[in-house]
Amino acid sequence: MGSSPISVARFPNWRRPPGEEVGAFVQVSNGTDKRKEIEKPEAQMIRINVQDVGKVYSTGTVALENIDLAIEDGEFVSVLGPSGCGKSTLLRIMASLDHATSGKIDIVGSGIAAKDALPFAVVFQEVSIYPWMKVRDNIEFAFDSLSMPRAEVRKRVDQQLELVGLSKFAKAYPHQLSGGMKQRVAVARAFAVDPPVLFMDEPFGSLDEQTRVGLAGELLQIWERTRKTVVFVTHGIEEAVSLADRVVVLSKSPGRIKEIIPIDFPRPRDPVKLRGEPKFGEYVVRIWDLLR
Amino acid sequence: MNDVAEATVEQGLTALPTQHLPKSSFAASERWLRIAAPFIVLALWELIVRVHLLDQRFFPAPSMIVEDFIAYAQSGQLVTDTLTTLSRILVGFFIGAIPGTILGLFMGINKWVRAFMDPIVSILYPIPKIAILPLMLLIFGIGEASKYSLVAIGVFFLMVINTEAGVRQIQQIYIDVARAYRIKPLSFYTRVLLPGALPNVFAGVKLSIGVGIILGVAAEFTAAKSGLGFTIWNGWQTLQVERMYVALVMVSLLGYLLTALLDETEKLLIPWLRP
Repeated sequence: MGSSPISVARFPNWRRPPGEEVGAFVQVSNGTDKRKEIEKPEAQMIRINVQDVGKVYSTGTVALENIDLAIEDGEFVSVLGPSGCGKSTLLRIMASLDHATSGKIDIVGSGIAAKDALPFAVVFQEVSIYPWMKVRDNIEFAFDSLSMPRAEVRKRVDQQLELVGLSKFAKAYPHQLSGGMKQRVAVARAFAVDPPVLFMDEPFGSLDEQTRVGLAGELLQIWERTRKTVVFVTHGIEEAVSLADRVVVLSKSPGRIKEIIPIDFPRPRDPVKLRGEPKFGEYVVRIWDLLR
Repeated sequence: MNDVAEATVEQGLTALPTQHLPKSSFAASERWLRIAAPFIVLALWELIVRVHLLDQRFFPAPSMIVEDFIAYAQSGQLVTDTLTTLSRILVGFFIGAIPGTILGLFMGINKWVRAFMDPIVSILYPIPKIAILPLMLLIFGIGEASKYSLVAIGVFFLMVINTEAGVRQIQQIYIDVARAYRIKPLSFYTRVLLPGALPNVFAGVKLSIGVGIILGVAAEFTAAKSGLGFTIWNGWQTLQVERMYVALVMVSLLGYLLTALLDETEKLLIPWLRP
């Protein structure tokens, strides 16, 4: 923390919540050693602080309670829980799409307010690319608020289309694509704007198992190159274990953090091969027990 | 024996896909009936007038109407009147449709604008627009402005209501994406809300063209010296019944062509809705 560029003075409201548990959340698991190999300019270091966040709906239902979580730069964190546990709500609050009724979330780090960058991008579960825009326009649209030269935008879009294997479909309309391809476009859109943080809300949740695992592998490959900070909401235990550095397990109504499990696998990972590891099964069983 | 058996098997096989044949021949005769129907009615009409079963002072035979049509066209008056009416409808349409669509977008997305405008629209919308023609004449005088404004007012409300409904049926996810990516307000309106609402906007445009024709023609009855509406009204006052029918046919033709044009434009502008 000593060498951290995060200026606490700029965010005077932020202090680490008291309690040992919370301290433990900040600990980075061993599996993330490789992250250090990727050199990032200090200005881009990011940290997400979720402090005692709660959400009560106007109907009186408590969706989230006492959520404390600190996410470090470059970490891949999965938020896992039964449906209706508020995990998507937590992500929406992080992405400023919803309001917390108590507590607060800070995304801190210099460079966040830069003019040519978004602080974060979101990939949604549903089909979130615009049906009235061609694939290329959908991705370019994400640059709308950024003052970036058009040539640079085009270059980035081409790059991302190449990465997700959709170069040929740049001029296609979404209705001409399969479900998996549409989600690839959504992922490409998020990566194209190159934000330091990515919020993913069950991005592959509506796809069949094969496509789902395949896309998770592709996501990891793209992610390895950039090591963005990712918050990945899912209800798939295996998906969470195969992707994340830490799995945050939420309990059902009200959504509370039950446990945070560091996933100790080296990077880069292959989500298919990983499933053959004995330790993988142990993680899965442990999370199953937690969710029971 | 074997050959016969094979032949029947083959026939059986080929018979399967051709089972649609009777259906499609029925479809063909159905199409012919559709085309022939108006002509059959016209022929009957002609016949009944010729045998004096219908009073030809009120119902001139189609042949007499065609005769007048040719005279009307040759005088050049037909084209002038049609274009005059068309321009009144179209100018009025755009004057009404553009602000109507913009207000509809605001009302659809902003609950404060909606709360303010909803009661006002609900109160003003049911007024028969033709009933405010005298008011328009009072304000704008006998010139073109009174016709434009009457058409525009009719179109305006239809566009407001349909656009608002269109915006409100846009899936929340598309709005969330725009918020997450911090889309600029102008882009949000022009590239998210408007295309998202476009199917409904187009329904509004189609209704508006129909209403625009009604109001444009009606406004010409009393407050014009040209146009198809004037010709119809004048046909009554001067007992030029054939001319009246010719103008009526032109109005109906105008409506038909505008609708056909809109259908094509719709396909062009909303390609994502026809997979």
